[in-house]
Amino acid sequence: MAAAPGPPAESPETLDEVLLPLNPVEAGLPGSGPIARAFRRIERGADRVFGEHDNPLRQLGGLGFYLFWLIALTGIYLYVFYETSVDGAHASVERLTHEQWWAGGVMRSLHRYASDAFVAVIGLHLLRELAYGRFRGFRWYSWVSGVPTLWLAIASGVVGYWLVWDSVAQFVAIATAEWFGVLPGFGPELVRNFIEPEAVSDRLFSLLIFLHIGLPLALLLVMWAHLQRLTRPRSNASRAVAAWTLASLTAVSFVAPALSGLPADLQRVAAVVPIDWFYLAPLPAIYAMSPEFVWIMSVGVTLLLAALPLFSRQPRPAAVRVDPAHCNGCTRCFADCPYAAIAMAPHPGGRGQIAVVDEDRCAACGICSGACPSAMPFRSGERLASGIDLPWLTVGDLRDRLDAAIAAGAPSGGAPIVVFACQRGAGLGSEAPAGVIGLGMPCAGFLPPSFVDYSLRSGALGVVVAACPGDDCEFRFGERWTAERLSGAREPRLRASADARRLLMLHAAREDRAGLIAGIDEFRAKLEQLERANARETADD
Amino acid sequence: MTERMLRYGGQVVLYGLFAVFVGYFSTSPAYQHLEPDQALLRLSFRHAGQIAGECRTRSAEELAKLPPQLRAERDCPRERSPVHVRVELDGELLYDERFAPAGLRRDGAASAYRRLPIPAGEHHLRVQLNDDVKVDGFNHSGERRLTLEPGQVVLIDFIADKGGVIIR
Repeated sequence: MAAAPGPPAESPETLDEVLLPLNPVEAGLPGSGPIARAFRRIERGADRVFGEHDNPLRQLGGLGFYLFWLIALTGIYLYVFYETSVDGAHASVERLTHEQWWAGGVMRSLHRYASDAFVAVIGLHLLRELAYGRFRGFRWYSWVSGVPTLWLAIASGVVGYWLVWDSVAQFVAIATAEWFGVLPGFGPELVRNFIEPEAVSDRLFSLLIFLHIGLPLALLLVMWAHLQRLTRPRSNASRAVAAWTLASLTAVSFVAPALSGLPADLQRVAAVVPIDWFYLAPLPAIYAMSPEFVWIMSVGVTLLLAALPLFSRQPRPAAVRVDPAHCNGCTRCFADCPYAAIAMAPHPGGRGQIAVVDEDRCAACGICSGACPSAMPFRSGERLASGIDLPWLTVGDLRDRLDAAIAAGAPSGGAPIVVFACQRGAGLGSEAPAGVIGLGMPCAGFLPPSFVDYSLRSGALGVVVAACPGDDCEFRFGERWTAERLSGAREPRLRASADARRLLMLHAAREDRAGLIAGIDEFRAKLEQLERANARETADD
Repeated sequence: MTERMLRYGGQVVLYGLFAVFVGYFSTSPAYQHLEPDQALLRLSFRHAGQIAGECRTRSAEELAKLPPQLRAERDCPRERSPVHVRVELDGELLYDERFAPAGLRRDGAASAYRRLPIPAGEHHLRVQLNDDVKVDGFNHSGERRLTLEPGQVVLIDFIADKGGVIIR
C-alpha cells in the first residue's frame, strides 16, 4: 500500500507518492473501514431518495439544532400553562393535554417526540463521525466538545419527565435517586425525598423547572462551543428536512399523542412503566444489573469517547505555512478556511496584514493554498513560491510535477488529459489510464484555478478536476469553493481567456472510480471531436 | 415525473418509518418494574447509632485545664455503633444487614435504602434493629400484620424520637 498523503515531501520518491491520485482506501486514510463503507452506502442510497442537499443523514448536526429549537418553542408554550406544585403539576398537564388537545396537546406531543428525535439524531451523528474517523487530529476539539452534549441532553429530558408527576415521573424520580444514591456525597438518604407523600413539596417543582430550563441552556452553550472551530457551521436543517421532520413528528403527535399516567402515588408502585427508552434506558439497567454497574458503564463510555482522539495512531500531516515574503494579506485564505484556522494579523514588514495559522486547527487540506493569489504557475522564477503552502506539497511541487509530466508526454503519445484528483474521492489509482496524467491532492480545493489555464497552455488536451460530490467533501467546502473559483464566482477566479470547453469538473465519490474513468473517456471523446473541428477550420482557412 | 413521484414516495416512507421508530420507543416496550403479584417493602432510615466505646467523667482538674467552651463533663469516643437490621416476613428471614456509620472516623449517621419486592397478600412483618454494640441481640423492634395489594408500598423507617421502628 502506498503511503498516506501528508508526510513532508523532502525526497522526490515521497513527493511522487504524495501526488499519486489514490482514493482513501488505497491511501489507508481513516474512515475507510467496513462500518464507514456501510454508512457511506446507506448515505448514497438515501441521496437517491432525498437528494444530496436534503439528505438528513448528511446534516445530522444541523438537524439536531433544528430539533433543539423546536423543543424550546414547544416547551415555552407548555411552561405558560404549567403549575409548579405537587397538586398542580399533574392536573395542569392533564388540562393542557385534554382541554386544548388541538394546541397544548399537540405541543406536548411535539415536545416529547422532538426530544426523542433529538437523542436519536445526536446519537446517529456521533456514530457517523466515529465511523468516519472524524475524532482525530485537528477535529479533536469538535469531538471532545460534543461528548458533554450527550449527558446534558439526557439530563434535560429526564428532568422533563419528573415535571409531569405521574406514575412514570414517580418511577423516574425514585430510580434516579436510587442511581445517584450510590455516589459518595449523595448517599442512600437521597431517595427519602420521594418515598412518602409528605416528603415532596411544591419547592421540588420549582427546582425541577429551574433545572429543565437551566440544563438545556447549558446544552445550548456547549452546542455553541461545539461549533467554534468551524467556519460557516451548519446550525440548522435544510428547508426540506425541517419541513419533513416537522410533518412526521406532527403526524405521530396526532396518531399517538403523549399522555400522562395516573398521578404519582408514593404509597404505590406501578408494576409496568411505559418508559421513554431514548432518555430512560439506564434506569431499568440499575435494577437489572446494579446502580454501580450503570455508573461504571456510563462514566466509562463517556471517558472512552472523550479520550478517543488520544488513541489515534494516524500521523497528523504538517500544517500549512505562511511565507511573509509572498503573503499580501488579501484574506482569501482566511475567508476560505473551513476550520477557522487562519487569522489575520499586522504584517511584520509593516505593509498591511498577514495570514497567521493556528496549527492545532489546521486540517492540512490545502484549500488556503488554492485560494492564494500568489499560487500562480505563470510566475517566472525557478521555484514557484506561494503566500501559504503545505510544507509537504507546495504549489511549486505541483507545477514542477505537472511540467515534468507534460514534457514527458502521455504514455500513449499525443496531448494528455491532466486530471487533478481529490485523494478523498474516487482517484485513479497508482496507474493512470492511457493518455491521462493523474495528479492527486489532499482536496480539490488545493488546486489554484490558474493551474487549469497553465496546463492547457503547456500542451494538455484538457483538464479534469475530480472532486468528491459536494456534501461528501471531507473538508466541508473544498468542492464548493473549487466549483465557484472555476466558474468565476469566487476569488481566485479562472481566467476568462481559459478555454472552458477543455475543462471538466467531475464529481466521483470514493467508491465510484468507474464513473470517474467513464467521465474522463467521455470528455476525451468530446475533446477529440473539438480537435477535429478545429483542424477542419484551420484547413479551411 | 415518475422518478419525482418515486422520490417523494420514498421520502414519505422513510420519514414515516422514522416517526414510527420515535413514536414506538417513546413508550414501548413497557418496562416491567415489579411482577404483577408483587408488593414492595422499602427500608429507609438515617440514624446515628450509639457511641461505640465507653464514656468517662472528667475530673475537676481536667475540666479546669480545658478552654471554657470545651468543658464537657463526659468524655466520649467519637465512633458510633453500626446499625444492624433484620427483617422477617412470616417468620422467615427476609433481610439482614449491618450499616456502618458515615465518616472517616465512623462518627456519622448510618444511612440505608433497600427495596425488597415481596408477594402481595397477608403477611406478618417483623423488623429488629440494633444501634448499640454494647447490647447483644436487638434493642429496637416493630411488627405488624399486613394485607398488601399488588403494587402497594410498605415503608420501614427508624426514627428514634418517634418510637424507633416505624412500619407504614
